[in-house]
Amino acid sequence: MTNVDQLVSQATAEFAAIADAAALEQAKARYLGKSGSLTELLKGLGKLAPEERKQAGAAINGAKERIEAALGARREAIRRGALEAQLKAEALDITLPGRGLPTGGLHPVTRTLERIEALFRSIGFDVADGPEIEDDFHNFTALNTPENHPARSMHDTFYLENAPGLLLRTHTSPIQVRYMETHKPPIRIIAPGRVYRVDSDATHSPMFHQVEGLWIDENVSFADLKGVFTDFLRNFFEKPDLRTRFRPSFFPFTEPSAEIDMSCVFCDGNGCRVCSHTGWLEIAGSGMVHPNVLKAVGIDSEKYIGFAFGMGPDRLTMLRYGVNDLRLFFDGDLRFLAQFK
Amino acid sequence: MQFSEHWLRSFVNPPLTSAELAHALTMAGLEVEALQNVAPAFAGVVVAQVLAADKHPDADKLRLCRVDAGQGETLQIVCGAPNVAAGMKVPCALVGAELPGIRIKAAKVRGVESFGMLCSARELGLSEDHSGLLALPADAPVGEDIRAYLALDDMLFTLKLTPNRADCLSLNGVAREVGALTGTAVSFPVIPKTTVASDKRRDVMLDAPAACPRYCGRVITGIDAKAPTPEWMKRRLERSGIRAISAVVDVTNYVMLELGQPLHAFDNARLQGAIHVRFPNAGEKLLLLNEQTVEPSADTALIADGRRALALAGIMGGEESGISDVTTELFLESAFFAPDAIAGKARALGFSSDASYRFERGVDFSATLDALERATQLIQEICGGQAGPVTDAVEAGLLPKRSPVRLRVTRAEKILGIPLGADVAARLLKGLDLPFTREGDVITVTPPPHRFDIAIEEDLVEELARLHGYDNIPARLPQGSLAILPQSEQTRSIWRLRRLLAGRDYQEVVNYSFVDAALEADFCANGEPVVLANPIASQMSVMRSSLIGGLVANLVGNLNRRVERIRVFETGRCFVRDARGDQIPGYLQPKRIAGLAAGPTAPEQWGVPTRRADFFDAKADVEALLAPTMATFERVSHPALHPGRAAAVLVNGKTIGLVGELHPLWTQKYDLGSAPVVFELDLDAAQQQPLPAYREISRYPTVVRDLALVVDQGVSAESLRGCLVAAAPAFVREVLPFDLYQGKGVDPEKKSLAFRVVMQDTEKTLSDGEVEAAVMKMIEAAASRFAAKLRS
Repeated sequence: MTNVDQLVSQATAEFAAIADAAALEQAKARYLGKSGSLTELLKGLGKLAPEERKQAGAAINGAKERIEAALGARREAIRRGALEAQLKAEALDITLPGRGLPTGGLHPVTRTLERIEALFRSIGFDVADGPEIEDDFHNFTALNTPENHPARSMHDTFYLENAPGLLLRTHTSPIQVRYMETHKPPIRIIAPGRVYRVDSDATHSPMFHQVEGLWIDENVSFADLKGVFTDFLRNFFEKPDLRTRFRPSFFPFTEPSAEIDMSCVFCDGNGCRVCSHTGWLEIAGSGMVHPNVLKAVGIDSEKYIGFAFGMGPDRLTMLRYGVNDLRLFFDGDLRFLAQFK
Repeated sequence: MQFSEHWLRSFVNPPLTSAELAHALTMAGLEVEALQNVAPAFAGVVVAQVLAADKHPDADKLRLCRVDAGQGETLQIVCGAPNVAAGMKVPCALVGAELPGIRIKAAKVRGVESFGMLCSARELGLSEDHSGLLALPADAPVGEDIRAYLALDDMLFTLKLTPNRADCLSLNGVAREVGALTGTAVSFPVIPKTTVASDKRRDVMLDAPAACPRYCGRVITGIDAKAPTPEWMKRRLERSGIRAISAVVDVTNYVMLELGQPLHAFDNARLQGAIHVRFPNAGEKLLLLNEQTVEPSADTALIADGRRALALAGIMGGEESGISDVTTELFLESAFFAPDAIAGKARALGFSSDASYRFERGVDFSATLDALERATQLIQEICGGQAGPVTDAVEAGLLPKRSPVRLRVTRAEKILGIPLGADVAARLLKGLDLPFTREGDVITVTPPPHRFDIAIEEDLVEELARLHGYDNIPARLPQGSLAILPQSEQTRSIWRLRRLLAGRDYQEVVNYSFVDAALEADFCANGEPVVLANPIASQMSVMRSSLIGGLVANLVGNLNRRVERIRVFETGRCFVRDARGDQIPGYLQPKRIAGLAAGPTAPEQWGVPTRRADFFDAKADVEALLAPTMATFERVSHPALHPGRAAAVLVNGKTIGLVGELHPLWTQKYDLGSAPVVFELDLDAAQQQPLPAYREISRYPTVVRDLALVVDQGVSAESLRGCLVAAAPAFVREVLPFDLYQGKGVDPEKKSLAFRVVMQDTEKTLSDGEVEAAVMKMIEAAASRFAAKLRS
């Protein structure tokens, strides 16, 4: 029976030498085909005695299985080799850049406004809006700033030509008034928007942004104002240790009024160039809504109290991203703007 | 308000350092904007007298001086100052002195030994003056340390006062506040009654008593107007930022700073008859001290004599009645002008004065006479003279009222959010010297005449908060009812739209809302824009009615910076005259969103051919912005846009914006190289989106047929598509244009438009017969309407 074993080793050796799938199939035919060596051996079984036939048949079948196994292994090896060759041929220089459109971006101040909105929405503040050409009543009078009030000189106002009493709003506070004219307390809003003042230098732009906040309810106190605004600043700057300082100040539409300082975000209050070595940055004006403002919009000032604040998102943006010139925001320079994707 | 710390401490001297005092003021609402040293640190400089100033043997411009610096022996000092002269007194830095930046040593100057340095003001850091030595008065004591002699160890406080705190526009007022804040006793100046030594007087008529309810005046005769102002007074004035001028003017300024009462001195010899406080006659003009001639408005009160106007009441004196070196008789004015009568008047004339600044905020009307007495005495001390009797004209009923203000301590506690208690509240108010009565929880305050900012309960709440300390009110996270904010799913947030455009490689910009009138004329053909009365510059003089002009300006700016591919967008309001304006009648202020693309569609990159962005790229951006809403596009004529490459954007038949290529005129005028494409949409409309509604998905196969139809050039794809859709049976789901062909095989007058027709029934599989019949029907419709032929 050694010639069966020889046949197996001969076939195995022959298969191993073949690198090509078609040649392998031809070699297979030489052993397992109609007139293949192994098939010939099977044909010769009939001539053997029955006992011998059984033994020889088992041996031949064993050899057939071994040859088929060798064949299968070789087929798999050739297929794998071919795949590997294909993959190798198809390999790319994956360091070449991706194709298609890059992305643009939001304006840095807009980005800040989006963040401010999201933070205040998370504690239930709605967002209100109002006209930018305003009338004197909403911009000043309803905010307890009658004509010739010295506080008016704090705002250098743009007026419209040939339109007495019409102006570009100098702050977002008139949105408060308009909102309260049409909504009943409880009121909890912020009002972002563009505002205008006749002023232009390195730290002043004739157009800039403000965000007004207003909360009117039966039991809203100065302590709540301190809590809300401090919480906002800590979350906006992601500085849980940020400190705030409320200083008495004056706005015609709030009483008591407070200027809000925060510990400098660059030096953590230790004093640096940005905060003029004071450790503090002026960041917002605020106060408890003046009863005259509530009366002007028909809200019972004995029943309802509340706070308002106004902050400059341009300045917040400058502090957050380290921008040192306000004018860059309104210059349309893509080299600057594209940094805020 | 600026003043010397020494001066303040002469009124009230709390045990605080300068910095602590500044902090206390700031935290009480009197913000200390600046705290500066009067002089930089230096030592070893004394008052010295130049005994002799001889020529230096080897240098023409140097002098060899012998100097008595009180050191026991005379010093030899070489000096190059042009004004050095024997006899003068000057600051002398001794050997070993430390000056800003240098240390003085004995040295040889051009071969001659020099033991010290005679100093200019700049060398001591006192001013920029380096024209010569700082000449000291003849009575300066030789040998005295210059810091002590000139009181240089002093600080300058600059307060940024809010308009409500007029009471702190004087040293007296600031001292009162410091006393309240620190619990320190204040010594206010004692003002004795002046001895009347002359009977010369002038009558005063209050012809406009509401504007001027009280006017005190007095004649002082026999003064020496040339008498020098004492150094201490000059120093205090200068440290308050007021230049010393002449003794009488200096005294009036000094008393204003000290007591807060603006005063005015007339040359009595130039007055005739009684003083009248009155409104101007028609056309009346007045030459002011600032050399400005004004014609005051009818509601601006004047000071006049029997003949003519002399001064703008409470604002500024007149040139012709002012005092001069030769003045020997004064008429001194101390009056109360009502804030309402003064407010805004100076501003309307284009200037501001210390007097008007104070009067429009409110001056203590109980101190009018005291100020006159104080000034009289100071003038007599300096200039001599005899005081006449005071003319005190007063309409007591027209002086400001001080009505009692009720403060409920529980209300204050509610507003501030802290427990305070009536006892604490009473103690705080007492510290401020506010007169009050108390009944249990209710404290009734009668505001004093110097406080113009206490009228209602909340004003007192602020006083309590201030004195209690804002820092001592806790920051508390509020509690509220947690109602969900309504949010319509059919109105997208503006942030979604911004992010969407940013995702399509547009960079957001924020442009000024005011633009050059030329942009409005070019891009909007707007000949009647909304114009600003007081623009900051002519190129920012009109309100924009479109965002497109600003975007083109961005393009110009960036092209100048050699950026070639530019894609920008902006959201913001535009301003249009329109009777429909609701919040502000006559003006519509719509919010818009607009974009501009110029240059290649994509940045230059490998393996992708470069193509300039054109109309259809912009149109795709508009479609993406509005999706899933399907807009329609109609040819439109717009001044900004190429007439053949412009479309109105319509949603549900309503125009909501436009898209197109910039008109070649503007591309050329603004030197843009090649035409950018732009779009502008109404923001409110762009935010709307339909709520998705489910439609059954068909289980039957789709059949697709492509139709290429040859039509005249003028037939639009959309009209042809509309015709096909109208002719199609219900199972035709989509008819999509997918190819436009002009060229070989097609008549040059014609074009081939190819449509993909997608058919699918929801009930059954379509038969070939049904499909062919549908296609035939569509072709026939196109043939009869547009003479379309199937392309072979």
